[in-house]
Amino acid sequence: MDLKRIIEAATQTLVEHVEELTALDSAIGDGDHGLNMKRGALAIQAKLAELAGKPFNDALKTMGMTCMSTVGGSSGPVFGTLLVTLGKELPAAPQAADLARGLAAGIAALSRLGKVEVGHKTLLDVLDPVQKVLASAESHGGDGLVARVRRCALDSAQATAQMDAIKGRASFLGERALGHVDPGSRSTALIIVAVCDTL
Amino acid sequence: MKKLINDVDTVLHEGLDGFAAAHADLVALGDERMFVQRRTLKPGKVALISGGGSGHEPLHAGFVGHGMLDAACPGQVFTSPTPNQMLAAAQAVDGGAGVLFIVKNYSGDMMNFEMAAEMLDRENTTVIVNDDVAVENSTYTTGRRGVAGTLIVEKIVGAAAERGDRLAALKSLGDAVNSATASMGVALTSCTVPAAGKPTFQIGADEMEMGVGIHGEPGRRRVKLSSADDIAAELAGAILKDLSLKRGQEVILLVNGFGGTPLLELYVMVNAAHKVLGGAGVKVARHLTGSYVTSLEMAGCSITVSAVDAPTLALWDAPVHTPALRWGM
Repeated sequence: MDLKRIIEAATQTLVEHVEELTALDSAIGDGDHGLNMKRGALAIQAKLAELAGKPFNDALKTMGMTCMSTVGGSSGPVFGTLLVTLGKELPAAPQAADLARGLAAGIAALSRLGKVEVGHKTLLDVLDPVQKVLASAESHGGDGLVARVRRCALDSAQATAQMDAIKGRASFLGERALGHVDPGSRSTALIIVAVCDTL
Repeated sequence: MKKLINDVDTVLHEGLDGFAAAHADLVALGDERMFVQRRTLKPGKVALISGGGSGHEPLHAGFVGHGMLDAACPGQVFTSPTPNQMLAAAQAVDGGAGVLFIVKNYSGDMMNFEMAAEMLDRENTTVIVNDDVAVENSTYTTGRRGVAGTLIVEKIVGAAAERGDRLAALKSLGDAVNSATASMGVALTSCTVPAAGKPTFQIGADEMEMGVGIHGEPGRRRVKLSSADDIAAELAGAILKDLSLKRGQEVILLVNGFGGTPLLELYVMVNAAHKVLGGAGVKVARHLTGSYVTSLEMAGCSITVSAVDAPTLALWDAPVHTPALRWGM
Protein backbone atom coordinates (compact mmCIF):
# COMPACT_ATOMS: atom_id res chain seq x y z
CA MET A 1 0.00 0.00 0.00
CA ASP A 2 1.56 3.22 -1.18
CA LEU A 3 0.06 6.03 0.90
CA LYS A 4 1.40 8.80 -1.33
CA ARG A 5 -0.14 7.23 -4.45
CA ILE A 6 -3.47 6.68 -2.71
CA ILE A 7 -3.73 10.29 -1.54
CA GLU A 8 -2.66 11.60 -4.93
CA ALA A 9 -5.21 9.46 -6.77
CA ALA A 10 -8.08 10.19 -4.37
CA THR A 11 -7.55 13.95 -4.54
CA GLN A 12 -6.69 14.19 -8.23
CA THR A 13 -9.93 12.50 -9.28
CA LEU A 14 -11.89 15.24 -7.48
CA VAL A 15 -9.89 17.95 -9.22
CA GLU A 16 -10.48 16.27 -12.59
CA HIS A 17 -14.23 15.83 -12.04
CA VAL A 18 -14.91 19.34 -10.73
CA GLU A 19 -17.17 20.24 -13.67
CA GLU A 20 -19.25 17.07 -13.44
CA LEU A 21 -19.72 17.56 -9.68
CA THR A 22 -20.63 21.22 -10.19
CA ALA A 23 -23.22 20.24 -12.80
CA LEU A 24 -24.75 17.59 -10.51
CA ASP A 25 -24.98 20.03 -7.61
CA SER A 26 -26.32 22.86 -9.77
CA ALA A 27 -29.21 20.62 -10.80
CA ILE A 28 -30.44 19.99 -7.27
CA GLY A 29 -28.29 22.03 -4.88
CA ASP A 30 -26.44 25.33 -4.88
CA GLY A 31 -23.64 24.39 -7.25
CA ASP A 32 -20.72 24.62 -4.82
CA HIS A 33 -19.93 20.94 -4.26
CA GLY A 34 -17.37 20.48 -7.04
CA LEU A 35 -15.42 23.59 -6.09
CA ASN A 36 -15.51 22.72 -2.38
CA MET A 37 -14.17 19.22 -3.02
CA LYS A 38 -11.51 20.64 -5.32
CA ARG A 39 -10.44 23.17 -2.67
CA GLY A 40 -10.13 20.40 -0.07
CA ALA A 41 -8.28 18.15 -2.51
CA LEU A 42 -5.76 20.86 -3.36
CA ALA A 43 -5.24 21.69 0.34
CA ILE A 44 -4.48 18.02 1.00
CA GLN A 45 -2.17 17.79 -2.03
CA ALA A 46 -0.26 20.79 -0.67
CA LYS A 47 0.52 18.67 2.42
CA LEU A 48 1.36 15.53 0.44
CA ALA A 49 5.01 15.29 1.48
CA GLU A 50 4.11 15.65 5.16
CA LEU A 51 1.19 13.19 4.87
CA ALA A 52 3.21 10.53 3.02
CA GLY A 53 5.63 10.35 5.94
CA LYS A 54 2.90 9.61 8.50
CA PRO A 55 1.32 6.32 9.54
CA PHE A 56 -1.92 5.67 7.56
CA ASN A 57 -4.24 6.50 10.48
CA ASP A 58 -2.45 9.73 11.40
CA ALA A 59 -2.49 10.82 7.76
CA LEU A 60 -6.28 10.31 7.69
CA LYS A 61 -6.72 12.47 10.80
CA THR A 62 -4.60 15.27 9.31
CA MET A 63 -6.55 15.11 6.05
CA GLY A 64 -9.81 15.31 8.00
CA MET A 65 -8.70 18.36 9.96
CA THR A 66 -7.57 19.96 6.69
CA CYS A 67 -11.05 19.43 5.22
CA MET A 68 -12.76 20.95 8.25
CA SER A 69 -10.64 24.09 8.20
CA THR A 70 -10.51 24.76 4.44
CA VAL A 71 -13.61 23.39 2.73
CA GLY A 72 -16.70 24.88 4.35
CA GLY A 73 -20.21 24.08 3.14
CA SER A 74 -21.55 20.66 4.01
CA SER A 75 -18.57 18.88 2.53
CA GLY A 76 -16.03 20.26 5.03
CA PRO A 77 -17.69 18.89 8.18
CA VAL A 78 -18.90 15.71 6.44
CA PHE A 79 -15.67 14.55 4.78
CA GLY A 80 -13.65 16.00 7.69
CA THR A 81 -15.62 13.96 10.23
CA LEU A 82 -15.43 10.82 8.08
CA LEU A 83 -11.64 11.03 7.69
CA VAL A 84 -10.99 11.91 11.34
CA THR A 85 -13.21 9.03 12.49
CA LEU A 86 -11.44 6.58 10.16
CA GLY A 87 -8.11 7.87 11.45
CA LYS A 88 -9.16 7.23 15.04
CA GLU A 89 -10.60 3.76 14.35
CA LEU A 90 -8.05 2.23 12.00
CA PRO A 91 -4.69 0.68 12.85
CA ALA A 92 -1.56 1.83 11.02
CA ALA A 93 -1.83 -1.04 8.49
CA PRO A 94 -5.57 -1.80 8.13
CA GLN A 95 -7.02 -5.00 6.64
CA ALA A 96 -10.50 -5.44 5.11
CA ALA A 97 -12.06 -6.24 8.51
CA ASP A 98 -10.50 -3.09 10.02
CA LEU A 99 -11.83 -1.01 7.14
CA ALA A 100 -15.31 -2.49 7.61
CA ARG A 101 -15.27 -1.64 11.32
CA GLY A 102 -13.80 1.85 10.72
CA LEU A 103 -16.32 2.63 8.04
CA ALA A 104 -19.17 1.53 10.30
CA ALA A 105 -17.91 4.01 12.90
CA GLY A 106 -17.62 6.69 10.19
CA ILE A 107 -21.19 6.06 9.04
CA ALA A 108 -22.44 6.34 12.63
CA ALA A 109 -20.54 9.63 13.11
CA LEU A 110 -21.98 11.12 9.90
CA SER A 111 -25.44 9.95 10.85
CA ARG A 112 -25.15 11.88 14.13
CA LEU A 113 -23.59 14.96 12.53
CA GLY A 114 -26.04 15.39 9.66
CA LYS A 115 -29.02 13.69 11.34
CA VAL A 116 -29.27 11.43 8.31
CA GLU A 117 -29.87 7.76 7.71
CA VAL A 118 -29.20 5.38 4.85
CA GLY A 119 -31.80 6.02 2.14
CA HIS A 120 -31.79 9.81 2.53
CA LYS A 121 -29.90 10.33 -0.74
CA THR A 122 -26.55 11.23 0.82
CA LEU A 123 -23.05 9.76 0.73
CA LEU A 124 -24.22 7.24 3.33
CA ASP A 125 -25.96 5.50 0.43
CA VAL A 126 -22.52 4.72 -0.99
CA LEU A 127 -20.63 4.20 2.27
CA ASP A 128 -23.13 1.76 3.73
CA PRO A 129 -23.22 -0.75 0.84
CA VAL A 130 -19.43 -0.52 0.51
CA GLN A 131 -19.10 -1.20 4.23
CA LYS A 132 -21.28 -4.30 3.82
CA VAL A 133 -19.08 -5.59 0.96
CA LEU A 134 -15.98 -5.11 3.13
CA ALA A 135 -17.66 -6.79 6.09
CA SER A 136 -18.66 -9.78 3.95
CA ALA A 137 -15.02 -10.38 3.03
CA GLU A 138 -14.51 -12.34 6.26
CA SER A 139 -17.22 -14.90 5.49
CA HIS A 140 -16.98 -14.87 1.67
CA GLY A 141 -13.22 -14.54 1.41
CA GLY A 142 -11.27 -11.67 -0.07
CA ASP A 143 -11.16 -12.84 -3.69
CA GLY A 144 -11.91 -9.98 -6.04
CA LEU A 145 -12.70 -7.76 -3.08
CA VAL A 146 -11.17 -4.63 -4.59
CA ALA A 147 -13.17 -5.06 -7.79
CA ARG A 148 -16.37 -5.68 -5.82
CA VAL A 149 -15.87 -2.58 -3.68
CA ARG A 150 -15.18 -0.52 -6.80
CA ARG A 151 -18.32 -1.76 -8.58
CA CYS A 152 -20.45 -1.34 -5.46
CA ALA A 153 -19.36 2.30 -5.03
CA LEU A 154 -20.16 3.22 -8.64
CA ASP A 155 -23.52 1.41 -8.71
CA SER A 156 -24.60 2.78 -5.33
CA ALA A 157 -23.85 6.36 -6.35
CA GLN A 158 -25.83 5.88 -9.58
CA ALA A 159 -28.73 4.41 -7.60
CA THR A 160 -29.13 7.64 -5.59
CA ALA A 161 -30.76 9.14 -8.71
CA GLN A 162 -33.91 7.18 -7.89
CA MET A 163 -34.08 8.39 -4.29
CA ASP A 164 -36.06 11.29 -2.86
CA ALA A 165 -33.74 13.71 -1.10
CA ILE A 166 -34.48 14.09 2.58
CA LYS A 167 -31.45 16.09 3.74
CA GLY A 168 -29.37 18.91 2.32
CA ARG A 169 -30.47 21.58 -0.11
CA ALA A 170 -31.83 18.99 -2.54
CA SER A 171 -34.41 18.21 0.14
CA PHE A 172 -36.03 21.58 -0.47
CA LEU A 173 -36.98 20.39 -3.94
CA GLY A 174 -39.01 17.30 -3.19
CA GLU A 175 -39.74 15.39 -6.37
CA ARG A 176 -37.68 17.77 -8.50
CA ALA A 177 -34.55 16.10 -7.09
CA LEU A 178 -35.64 12.74 -8.53
CA GLY A 179 -33.55 11.50 -11.44
CA HIS A 180 -30.41 13.33 -10.32
CA VAL A 181 -27.42 11.55 -8.79
CA ASP A 182 -26.52 12.93 -5.35
CA PRO A 183 -23.27 14.94 -5.77
CA GLY A 184 -21.79 13.82 -2.42
CA SER A 185 -22.45 10.19 -3.33
CA ARG A 186 -20.74 10.68 -6.67
CA SER A 187 -17.66 12.28 -5.00
CA THR A 188 -17.50 9.44 -2.52
CA ALA A 189 -17.64 6.88 -5.33
CA LEU A 190 -14.93 8.74 -7.25
CA ILE A 191 -12.65 8.64 -4.20
CA ILE A 192 -13.28 4.94 -3.58
CA VAL A 193 -12.71 4.05 -7.25
CA ALA A 194 -9.46 6.04 -7.33
CA VAL A 195 -8.20 4.31 -4.18
CA CYS A 196 -9.18 0.87 -5.55
CA ASP A 197 -7.31 1.57 -8.76
CA THR A 198 -4.05 2.09 -6.85
CA LEU A 199 -4.32 -1.26 -5.04
CA MET B 1 -18.72 34.97 -17.94
CA LYS B 2 -18.45 38.75 -17.84
CA LYS B 3 -17.39 40.06 -14.43
CA LEU B 4 -15.23 42.80 -12.91
CA ILE B 5 -12.59 40.50 -11.50
CA ASN B 6 -8.85 39.87 -11.65
CA ASP B 7 -8.81 36.17 -10.88
CA VAL B 8 -11.60 33.82 -9.81
CA ASP B 9 -9.40 32.54 -6.98
CA THR B 10 -8.85 35.98 -5.45
CA VAL B 11 -12.33 37.48 -5.84
CA LEU B 12 -13.24 36.93 -2.20
CA HIS B 13 -9.95 38.25 -0.77
CA GLU B 14 -9.91 41.32 -2.98
CA GLY B 15 -13.57 42.03 -2.28
CA LEU B 16 -13.01 41.80 1.47
CA ASP B 17 -9.94 44.05 1.31
CA GLY B 18 -11.92 46.62 -0.66
CA PHE B 19 -14.86 46.36 1.73
CA ALA B 20 -12.60 46.89 4.74
CA ALA B 21 -10.91 49.86 3.08
CA ALA B 22 -14.20 51.45 2.07
CA HIS B 23 -15.64 51.14 5.59
CA ALA B 24 -12.50 51.47 7.68
CA ASP B 25 -14.32 53.82 10.06
CA LEU B 26 -16.78 51.05 10.99
CA VAL B 27 -15.15 47.65 10.53
CA ALA B 28 -11.83 45.82 10.58
CA LEU B 29 -10.74 42.54 8.99
CA GLY B 30 -9.67 39.71 11.29
CA ASP B 31 -6.48 37.69 10.87
CA GLU B 32 -6.25 35.89 7.53
CA ARG B 33 -9.56 37.56 6.58
CA MET B 34 -11.38 34.98 8.69
CA PHE B 35 -13.98 37.49 9.85
CA VAL B 36 -15.10 41.11 9.71
CA GLN B 37 -15.54 42.79 13.10
CA ARG B 38 -16.70 46.09 14.50
CA ARG B 39 -13.98 48.69 14.71
CA THR B 40 -15.13 49.64 18.23
CA LEU B 41 -16.48 46.94 20.55
CA LYS B 42 -18.80 47.63 23.47
CA PRO B 43 -17.58 45.91 26.66
CA GLY B 44 -20.15 43.83 28.56
CA LYS B 45 -22.43 43.44 25.56
CA VAL B 46 -23.51 40.04 24.20
CA ALA B 47 -21.59 39.47 20.96
CA LEU B 48 -23.70 38.84 17.87
CA ILE B 49 -21.95 36.78 15.22
CA SER B 50 -23.38 35.72 11.90
CA GLY B 51 -21.88 34.50 8.68
CA GLY B 52 -22.47 32.41 5.64
CA GLY B 53 -21.43 32.02 2.07
CA SER B 54 -20.30 35.10 0.18
CA GLY B 55 -22.21 36.34 -2.85
CA HIS B 56 -25.13 37.72 -0.79
CA GLU B 57 -23.55 41.13 -0.16
CA PRO B 58 -24.19 43.27 1.75
CA LEU B 59 -25.34 40.33 3.95
CA HIS B 60 -23.61 39.63 6.42
CA ALA B 61 -20.49 41.79 6.73
CA GLY B 62 -22.43 44.86 5.58
CA PHE B 63 -24.46 44.61 8.78
CA VAL B 64 -21.49 44.70 11.17
CA GLY B 65 -21.57 47.82 13.29
CA HIS B 66 -23.48 49.73 15.96
CA GLY B 67 -26.93 48.25 16.53
CA MET B 68 -26.41 45.06 14.53
CA LEU B 69 -23.62 42.45 14.35
CA ASP B 70 -20.28 42.40 16.16
CA ALA B 71 -18.71 40.08 13.62
CA ALA B 72 -19.49 38.25 10.39
CA CYS B 73 -17.66 35.24 8.95
CA PRO B 74 -17.56 35.16 5.15
CA GLY B 75 -17.34 31.77 3.47
CA GLN B 76 -16.41 31.15 -0.15
CA VAL B 77 -19.11 32.13 -2.65
CA PHE B 78 -22.33 30.30 -1.65
CA THR B 79 -20.37 28.12 0.78
CA SER B 80 -20.65 28.31 4.55
CA PRO B 81 -17.58 29.43 6.52
CA THR B 82 -15.48 26.93 8.47
CA PRO B 83 -15.68 26.41 12.27
CA ASN B 84 -12.26 27.98 12.90
CA GLN B 85 -13.58 31.26 11.43
CA MET B 86 -16.43 31.40 13.94
CA LEU B 87 -14.08 30.47 16.79
CA ALA B 88 -11.62 33.22 15.84
CA ALA B 89 -14.46 35.75 15.54
CA ALA B 90 -15.91 34.75 18.92
CA GLN B 91 -12.54 35.10 20.60
CA ALA B 92 -12.08 38.53 19.04
CA VAL B 93 -15.45 40.10 19.85
CA ASP B 94 -16.81 38.37 22.98
CA GLY B 95 -17.19 41.12 25.57
CA GLY B 96 -17.69 38.69 28.44
CA ALA B 97 -21.47 38.40 28.16
CA GLY B 98 -21.52 35.44 25.80
CA VAL B 99 -22.00 34.91 22.10
CA LEU B 100 -25.18 34.66 20.04
CA PHE B 101 -24.77 33.02 16.64
CA ILE B 102 -27.34 33.88 13.96
CA VAL B 103 -27.39 31.12 11.36
CA LYS B 104 -29.41 30.64 8.18
CA ASN B 105 -30.96 27.18 7.98
CA TYR B 106 -28.82 25.28 5.49
CA SER B 107 -27.17 21.94 6.18
CA GLY B 108 -23.65 23.27 5.67
CA ASP B 109 -24.12 26.41 7.75
CA MET B 110 -25.77 24.42 10.53
CA MET B 111 -22.99 21.83 10.68
CA ASN B 112 -20.12 24.35 10.64
CA PHE B 113 -21.73 26.64 13.22
CA GLU B 114 -22.66 23.65 15.41
CA MET B 115 -19.06 22.44 15.37
CA ALA B 116 -17.88 25.94 16.31
CA ALA B 117 -20.48 26.20 19.09
CA GLU B 118 -19.37 22.86 20.53
CA MET B 119 -15.69 23.83 20.46
CA LEU B 120 -16.21 27.34 21.86
CA ASP B 121 -15.36 27.52 25.57
CA ARG B 122 -17.61 30.52 26.19
CA GLU B 123 -21.31 30.80 26.88
CA ASN B 124 -23.10 30.72 23.53
CA THR B 125 -26.38 29.94 21.86
CA THR B 126 -27.79 30.06 18.35
CA VAL B 127 -30.80 31.58 16.59
CA ILE B 128 -31.69 29.71 13.40
CA VAL B 129 -33.40 31.73 10.66
CA ASN B 130 -35.79 29.83 8.38
CA ASP B 131 -38.15 32.41 6.90
CA ASP B 132 -38.53 31.11 3.33
CA VAL B 133 -42.07 29.84 2.77
CA ALA B 134 -41.44 28.81 -0.86
CA VAL B 135 -40.81 25.20 -0.07
CA GLU B 136 -43.26 23.76 2.41
CA ASN B 137 -42.04 22.49 5.72
CA SER B 138 -42.46 18.79 6.29
CA THR B 139 -41.09 16.01 8.43
CA TYR B 140 -39.14 14.84 5.39
CA THR B 141 -37.04 17.96 4.88
CA THR B 142 -34.39 19.79 6.80
CA GLY B 143 -37.00 22.53 6.93
CA ARG B 144 -37.27 25.94 5.38
CA ARG B 145 -34.38 28.00 4.06
CA GLY B 146 -33.07 31.14 5.72
CA VAL B 147 -33.25 34.12 3.35
CA ALA B 148 -33.87 37.91 3.51
CA GLY B 149 -35.66 37.72 6.86
CA THR B 150 -32.18 37.24 8.33
CA LEU B 151 -31.67 41.01 7.98
CA ILE B 152 -34.75 41.69 10.13
CA VAL B 153 -33.62 39.23 12.81
CA GLU B 154 -30.11 40.74 12.84
CA LYS B 155 -31.46 44.32 13.08
CA ILE B 156 -33.99 43.72 15.87
CA VAL B 157 -31.82 41.40 17.97
CA GLY B 158 -28.85 43.70 17.33
CA ALA B 159 -30.75 46.66 18.77
CA ALA B 160 -31.72 44.63 21.84
CA ALA B 161 -28.10 43.55 22.37
CA GLU B 162 -26.97 47.16 22.03
CA ARG B 163 -29.29 48.30 24.83
CA GLY B 164 -27.88 45.57 27.09
CA ASP B 165 -30.26 42.60 26.84
CA ARG B 166 -28.73 39.34 28.09
CA LEU B 167 -28.04 36.20 26.05
CA ALA B 168 -31.16 34.22 27.02
CA ALA B 169 -33.45 37.17 26.29
CA LEU B 170 -31.79 37.74 22.92
CA LYS B 171 -32.20 34.09 21.99
CA SER B 172 -35.96 34.25 22.81
CA LEU B 173 -36.34 37.50 20.91
CA GLY B 174 -34.50 36.14 17.88
CA ASP B 175 -36.65 33.00 17.79
CA ALA B 176 -39.80 35.11 18.14
CA VAL B 177 -38.82 37.50 15.32
CA ASN B 178 -37.95 34.54 13.10
CA SER B 179 -41.36 32.96 13.77
CA ALA B 180 -43.10 36.23 12.91
CA THR B 181 -41.15 36.67 9.65
CA ALA B 182 -41.81 35.07 6.28
CA SER B 183 -40.28 35.53 2.81
CA MET B 184 -40.56 34.27 -0.73
CA GLY B 185 -38.63 35.14 -3.88
CA VAL B 186 -38.70 34.98 -7.63
CA ALA B 187 -35.81 34.89 -10.13
CA LEU B 188 -35.89 36.22 -13.68
CA THR B 189 -32.29 35.27 -14.56
CA SER B 190 -29.59 33.01 -13.17
CA CYS B 191 -26.40 33.93 -11.35
CA THR B 192 -22.85 32.84 -12.16
CA VAL B 193 -20.52 31.72 -9.38
CA PRO B 194 -17.13 33.18 -10.42
CA ALA B 195 -15.20 29.95 -9.89
CA ALA B 196 -17.83 27.92 -11.78
CA GLY B 197 -17.76 30.33 -14.73
CA LYS B 198 -21.18 29.29 -16.00
CA PRO B 199 -24.73 30.24 -14.98
CA THR B 200 -26.01 28.10 -12.10
CA PHE B 201 -29.22 27.34 -14.00
CA GLN B 202 -30.72 27.84 -17.44
CA ILE B 203 -33.90 29.85 -17.73
CA GLY B 204 -35.81 30.94 -20.80
CA ALA B 205 -36.12 34.61 -21.76
CA ASP B 206 -39.85 34.45 -20.96
CA GLU B 207 -39.62 32.33 -17.80
CA MET B 208 -39.25 32.90 -14.07
CA GLU B 209 -38.37 30.60 -11.16
CA MET B 210 -41.07 31.01 -8.53
CA GLY B 211 -39.85 30.44 -4.99
CA VAL B 212 -36.15 30.59 -5.89
CA GLY B 213 -33.54 30.40 -3.13
CA ILE B 214 -30.75 32.93 -2.60
CA HIS B 215 -28.18 30.69 -4.30
CA GLY B 216 -30.16 30.37 -7.51
CA GLU B 217 -31.35 26.98 -6.30
CA PRO B 218 -34.71 25.92 -7.65
CA GLY B 219 -37.96 26.84 -5.94
CA ARG B 220 -41.54 25.72 -6.37
CA ARG B 221 -41.88 25.75 -10.11
CA ARG B 222 -40.75 27.24 -13.40
CA VAL B 223 -43.46 29.33 -15.04
CA LYS B 224 -43.96 31.97 -17.73
CA LEU B 225 -43.14 35.51 -16.65
CA SER B 226 -46.24 37.34 -15.43
CA SER B 227 -47.02 40.89 -14.29
CA ALA B 228 -45.59 42.49 -11.15
CA ASP B 229 -49.09 42.49 -9.62
CA ASP B 230 -49.52 38.77 -10.25
CA ILE B 231 -46.04 37.96 -8.92
CA ALA B 232 -46.62 40.06 -5.80
CA ALA B 233 -49.99 38.37 -5.30
CA GLU B 234 -48.36 34.93 -5.32
CA LEU B 235 -45.37 35.90 -3.14
CA ALA B 236 -47.27 37.96 -0.59
CA GLY B 237 -50.19 35.53 -0.73
CA ALA B 238 -47.97 32.62 0.29
CA ILE B 239 -46.44 34.75 3.05
CA LEU B 240 -49.81 35.86 4.45
CA LYS B 241 -51.05 32.28 4.39
CA ASP B 242 -47.99 31.20 6.37
CA LEU B 243 -48.15 33.98 8.98
CA SER B 244 -51.98 34.01 9.25
CA LEU B 245 -52.06 37.63 10.39
CA LYS B 246 -55.05 39.35 11.97
CA ARG B 247 -56.57 42.38 10.28
CA GLY B 248 -54.90 45.53 11.56
CA GLN B 249 -51.61 43.73 12.30
CA GLU B 250 -48.59 46.00 11.83
CA VAL B 251 -45.70 44.67 9.73
CA ILE B 252 -42.31 45.59 8.34
CA LEU B 253 -42.23 45.12 4.56
CA LEU B 254 -38.86 44.33 3.02
CA VAL B 255 -38.75 44.22 -0.77
CA ASN B 256 -35.30 42.85 -1.47
CA GLY B 257 -33.49 42.82 -4.80
CA PHE B 258 -31.36 39.80 -5.70
CA GLY B 259 -28.58 41.85 -7.30
CA GLY B 260 -29.64 42.30 -10.91
CA THR B 261 -32.93 44.15 -10.55
CA PRO B 262 -33.12 47.96 -10.65
CA LEU B 263 -34.61 49.92 -7.77
CA LEU B 264 -37.38 51.20 -10.04
CA GLU B 265 -38.71 47.64 -10.42
CA LEU B 266 -38.36 47.02 -6.69
CA TYR B 267 -40.60 50.04 -6.07
CA VAL B 268 -43.11 48.65 -8.56
CA MET B 269 -43.08 45.51 -6.41
CA VAL B 270 -43.53 47.58 -3.22
CA ASN B 271 -46.57 49.20 -4.80
CA ALA B 272 -47.88 45.81 -5.88
CA ALA B 273 -47.26 44.29 -2.44
CA HIS B 274 -49.21 47.14 -0.83
CA LYS B 275 -52.31 46.16 -2.78
CA VAL B 276 -52.08 42.57 -1.55
CA LEU B 277 -51.30 43.47 2.07
CA GLY B 278 -53.88 46.25 2.10
CA GLY B 279 -56.48 43.82 0.78
CA ALA B 280 -55.75 41.54 3.72
CA GLY B 281 -56.09 44.44 6.17
CA VAL B 282 -52.41 44.32 7.12
CA LYS B 283 -50.82 47.67 7.95
CA VAL B 284 -47.29 48.33 6.69
CA ALA B 285 -45.67 50.22 9.57
CA ARG B 286 -42.13 50.34 8.12
CA HIS B 287 -40.48 49.74 4.74
CA LEU B 288 -37.06 48.70 3.65
CA THR B 289 -36.45 48.56 -0.10
CA GLY B 290 -33.20 47.69 -1.83
CA SER B 291 -30.73 44.90 -2.59
CA TYR B 292 -29.66 43.63 0.83
CA VAL B 293 -29.65 39.84 0.58
CA THR B 294 -28.48 39.13 -2.93
CA SER B 295 -27.61 36.20 -5.12
CA LEU B 296 -24.68 37.69 -7.08
CA GLU B 297 -26.10 39.21 -10.30
CA MET B 298 -29.40 37.31 -10.31
CA ALA B 299 -32.40 39.38 -11.40
CA GLY B 300 -35.50 39.07 -9.27
CA CYS B 301 -36.62 39.92 -5.79
CA SER B 302 -38.05 38.59 -2.60
CA ILE B 303 -40.80 39.93 -0.40
CA THR B 304 -40.42 39.63 3.36
CA VAL B 305 -43.15 40.45 5.86
CA SER B 306 -42.39 40.61 9.58
CA ALA B 307 -45.22 41.04 12.09
CA VAL B 308 -44.29 43.50 14.83
CA ASP B 309 -45.66 44.85 18.10
CA ALA B 310 -44.72 48.26 19.55
CA PRO B 311 -41.60 47.09 21.46
CA THR B 312 -40.26 45.21 18.42
CA LEU B 313 -40.95 48.19 16.19
CA ALA B 314 -38.99 50.38 18.62
CA LEU B 315 -36.03 48.01 18.24
CA TRP B 316 -36.34 48.22 14.45
CA ASP B 317 -36.34 52.03 14.74
CA ALA B 318 -33.36 52.09 17.13
CA PRO B 319 -30.18 53.72 15.80
CA VAL B 320 -28.03 51.60 13.51
CA HIS B 321 -24.75 52.44 11.80
CA THR B 322 -23.28 49.74 9.57
CA PRO B 323 -21.82 49.80 6.06
CA ALA B 324 -25.17 48.83 4.49
CA LEU B 325 -27.80 50.05 6.93
CA ARG B 326 -27.81 53.36 8.73
CA TRP B 327 -30.43 55.44 10.45
CA GLY B 328 -30.97 57.40 13.67
CA MET B 329 -27.28 58.24 14.10
